[in-house]
Amino acid sequence: MGSIALDHVNKSFGDVQVIPDITLDIKDGEFVVFVGPSGCGKSTLLRLIAGLEDTTSGHILLDGQDMTKAPPARRGLAMVFQSYALYPHMTVRDNIAFPLKMAKMPKEQIDAKVEYAARTLNLASYLDRRPRALSGGQRQRVAIGRAIVREPKAFLFDEPLSNLDAALRVNMRLEITELHQQLKTTMIYVTHDQVEAMTMADRIVVLNAGNVEQFGSPLDLYNKPANRFVAGFIGSPKMNFVDGAEAAKHQAHSIGVRPEHFTLSRTPTPGAWKGTVAVAELLGSDTFLHVNVDSFGLFTVRTGGEDTYKHGDDVYLTPEPTRIYKFGPDGKAL
Amino acid sequence: MATAQTRNLARTMMAPAVVLLFIWMIVPLVMTLWFSFQNYSLINPMMTGFAGLANYTYVISDPSFVQALINTLILVLGVLIITVIGGTFIALLLDQPIWGQGILRILVISPFFVMPPVAALIWKNGFMHADYGLISHLMRFVGLKPIDWFAQYPLLSVIIIVAWQWLPFATLILLTALQSLSEEQREAAEMDGANAVNRFWYIIMPHMSRAVTIVILIQTIFLLGIFAEIRVTTGGGPGFASTNIAFLVFRTGILSNDIGAGSAGGVVAVIIANIVAFFLMRAVGKNLDA
Ligand SMILES: Nc1ncnc2c1ncn2[C@@H]1O[C@H](COP(=O)(O)OP(=O)(O)O)[C@@H](O)[C@H]1O
Ligand SMILES: [Mg+2]
Repeated sequence: MGSIALDHVNKSFGDVQVIPDITLDIKDGEFVVFVGPSGCGKSTLLRLIAGLEDTTSGHILLDGQDMTKAPPARRGLAMVFQSYALYPHMTVRDNIAFPLKMAKMPKEQIDAKVEYAARTLNLASYLDRRPRALSGGQRQRVAIGRAIVREPKAFLFDEPLSNLDAALRVNMRLEITELHQQLKTTMIYVTHDQVEAMTMADRIVVLNAGNVEQFGSPLDLYNKPANRFVAGFIGSPKMNFVDGAEAAKHQAHSIGVRPEHFTLSRTPTPGAWKGTVAVAELLGSDTFLHVNVDSFGLFTVRTGGEDTYKHGDDVYLTPEPTRIYKFGPDGKAL
Repeated sequence: MATAQTRNLARTMMAPAVVLLFIWMIVPLVMTLWFSFQNYSLINPMMTGFAGLANYTYVISDPSFVQALINTLILVLGVLIITVIGGTFIALLLDQPIWGQGILRILVISPFFVMPPVAALIWKNGFMHADYGLISHLMRFVGLKPIDWFAQYPLLSVIIIVAWQWLPFATLILLTALQSLSEEQREAAEMDGANAVNRFWYIIMPHMSRAVTIVILIQTIFLLGIFAEIRVTTGGGPGFASTNIAFLVFRTGILSNDIGAGSAGGVVAVIIANIVAFFLMRAVGKNLDA
């Protein structure tokens, strides 16, 4: 069991209010990602759940039990830190065994669990090495191993992949997702990378300046963003926004169109926005065009890899009419 | 230092300093060696000339030499134990977020700035004096018989004074080490269910082992040559009860005016220091690798 509930949680450091008021319900077995720009309070929120910070007000419930004042060890949660936080003077085996040793588990049982975790995580041949002698990905796996042997109620990950190179990041992303499917334990995963959020999460919490902007499934967030912030944050490349007269035509304060929701043409088309290609980024599968649209500014547009637009070409953009997002003056979706 | 040119330049630039330091060290050493093989006593100025190993056999066969050797070891070990354990304890306390932390740290460090003879005098007359020392007052206040520290526990008294002086050094080094421990590691241990004692034992202690090694190495070098504190307080006595090797050299060479024997004692002290350094490096030096 591992349901986590936050009830009007507030956190201030001195006079600085980092988290004004958050209420969240995370179901048992769910993979929830906290995503948001750097400094928005993701780590703070995670540390509040872990018990590494005290709440200023509000309650944290684990499995329905009020754990607001409980020390970290009593909460039965495991955390994987961004810096891995391995114990440098211990071997991989001792690192993984440490929480079990602290729980005074019998030696044979510890050994069996460590062996099992090591095999699951492909660490069997490194058990006697020190963390210093491991690569970044291996260290990450040791940190995960240390978390899983405890069989916690829930896992907390704080940007666990941000110190890895791009290829390894994709690999570890898959491994963590697979691990979740295997263990079916609640996981909370913090990241600033919306691609990680979209690919891994059952549900995503979008945070901005300590507030929950939206809590929903990845496709919900993509298709029905609650406000302009979520619309701009979810999706890659970012959504293009237009204010003023053009938006007013749609009875909105501003409108947004994702790069993938344009039809392109080289010849003038009625109702299309005319622009000039500034940069064409060829990825092979796709091409991203950065288009200077007259009177709107720079747009990003996705087109097929075969399209041969290049710098200086004129292009006419027609947004798909059903894919135009409308926002009110307060940024809320209409 | 990549090319031959930069290497040569570096050597040339360093040469004057190296030569000066070399002379600085070698002249006294050679003179000591020379005197240690001479008959050279200020009481008996007519007796001169080559003495062979007489000075050495005189020093080593002297029963007070063995006692001085033992006293030196007790002094060094006693101070090391007090400063390392006490320093760890104080460092742990100073690492806690408390009000007035900055001032407290300066206060804790301050004994290190007191010159050894001054420190010894403060302890001798201020704290440990049998009649009007603070400790005697306190003991009388609670109804105990005051202790005449320097007569009853001469070596222990010296150990206490020296430990008081070196405690700040140990504390400072250990505190720095403590503060370099990553916060995330402590938090990870906390989440892993380690209580304060386990965190200290499994996380903090191993992290500080290198700093402890440095404290032991540096202090040993200085503690082998403790002199001023003994000179000011017990004068090495009663008898030879608080005489260490350094003070024995002083007693033989200066107080007894036997320069030859004193020099021989000095050479022996240098050899002992090197032996200690050798074993020390083997015992704890491996902590310094990598
Ligand atoms: N211990 C602290 N004391 C004061 N301010 C803090 C502390 N920890 C975090 N903050 C502030 O809280 C805000 C959120 O930080 P954090 O949760 O680490 O953001 P994120 O993980 O989303 O990048 C930041 O503005 C940061 O400066
Ligand atoms: Mg963070």
